[in-house]
Amino acid sequence: MRDIAVVSVAQHQEKALTHTTEVELMVPIINEARGAVGLTQDDIGFTCSGSSDFLAGQAFSFVHTLDAVGAIPPISESHVEMDGAWALYEAWVKLQIGGVDTALVYSYGKSSPGSLRDVLSTQLDPYYLGPLWPDAFSLAALQARIMLESGAVSEQRLAEIAVRSLNGAADNSLAVRSSADATVEGVLAEAPIADPLRPSDCAASADGGVAVVLAAGDRARELCERPAWIRGIDHRIDPHQPGVRDLTRAPSAQAVAVNSGAGNDRLDVAELAAPFTTQEHILELELGLGNGTAVNAKGGALAGHTMMAAGLMRIADAAAQIHDERADRVLGHAASGLYLQQNLVCVMEGE
Amino acid sequence: MAERLRADLVLEYPFTRTTGPVIGAFLTGLREGIILGIRRPDGTVLCPPTEYDPESSEPLTDLVEVGQSGELMSWTWVDPPRSQSPWDQPHGLGLIRLDGADTPMVHGLLVDGPEGLSVGMRVTARWRPEREGHIADLEGFVPEGAD
Repeated sequence: MRDIAVVSVAQHQEKALTHTTEVELMVPIINEARGAVGLTQDDIGFTCSGSSDFLAGQAFSFVHTLDAVGAIPPISESHVEMDGAWALYEAWVKLQIGGVDTALVYSYGKSSPGSLRDVLSTQLDPYYLGPLWPDAFSLAALQARIMLESGAVSEQRLAEIAVRSLNGAADNSLAVRSSADATVEGVLAEAPIADPLRPSDCAASADGGVAVVLAAGDRARELCERPAWIRGIDHRIDPHQPGVRDLTRAPSAQAVAVNSGAGNDRLDVAELAAPFTTQEHILELELGLGNGTAVNAKGGALAGHTMMAAGLMRIADAAAQIHDERADRVLGHAASGLYLQQNLVCVMEGE
Repeated sequence: MAERLRADLVLEYPFTRTTGPVIGAFLTGLREGIILGIRRPDGTVLCPPTEYDPESSEPLTDLVEVGQSGELMSWTWVDPPRSQSPWDQPHGLGLIRLDGADTPMVHGLLVDGPEGLSVGMRVTARWRPEREGHIADLEGFVPEGAD
């Protein structure tokens, strides 16, 4: 296996990018990520992106966004219709195969033109679930009630997770929802938005984008004072139908934690892409995160959830803490689908 | 000034797909007013049925009819109703485990308000009079004895 590291990250997120196209959004982010390590597109061996044509409302919309990269002269490029964390996985595989030493990975999402909680119904199977248009909050509420009734979690614990995000996001300029003085009592007093879930249980939708530069071996050491070396990365998926799964668990999250070696040593930091407090609770258990790990200290995805980018943003957040020596061993997580159906974990270390 | 050209755009999916021997049977069952599940090798029954075993991925073929009443395992209240859903009134959404099945299905709950819902309550299917082999042939579920 080659040693591969995240050497540079850049991101932007806000509540709604009403007058900004995806290309306009990504130009400065990609320039910042490449520029921070002194690279131009000519120096990039492989480029891979993650986004959703469906969300953009246009077939092959990701091809337009290549204008933000610069694809002349022709570049080696790929795209996944998934969160950018899976684009990072593809780039990692490409670097492992060899022949290239650097990769640019980026992803973005703009869900503000529609109602994301309804649009997400279209990711459901087209026979049993999709035609009923159950919205994302209502489906999450069914899971929440099972967790609460079975004792898998308490309302108090869910409110604590919400407050951790609200407080942690207070000095995070990329967060779209924060409150320095939020309290558990205050969250518990909120009227349900999808009974038993309260507004603070549901991630705040955001628009945004993120770019990451990967480099292998000595190239990474040349480019970055302290590369975030990827020591374990894996992704797994559970069955789709909610009825065939224990909704208090996420077996694929546990599997990726084991396969990526997350628990082999102390983790300083975990950045989780959970769209609901209930699912952040499940992830903490399945990933085996203990008291010594700072979880979503800047608010995580609850404080701003950019569809298609929330996972790569978490990997970028985790890697940045290696770069500036705030942490030595970190975990970035991405999720996709209904009830954390699919999970990816990337474990990174500094030297 | 030149006349602006105009063309209507209809988003469509211009393909027909067969729904296969399992999902197709379930949907045909709905048209006939019955609900089918499928038996796994361990004897448990999945409803709605899947073509493959969720754990072993082995093909499943043993379709069985399940009951039209069952137990509410979870619920939430949807108000306002979502614009594209089959329901135009506030309604519940639930996980319903039908008698004879071991797994729950997602569907609507037709009651006046959330106070009419509780985990463990018995509910029963309400059918639309005109059925076409679609999940919404089931209008939803009502408390047992309500119809």
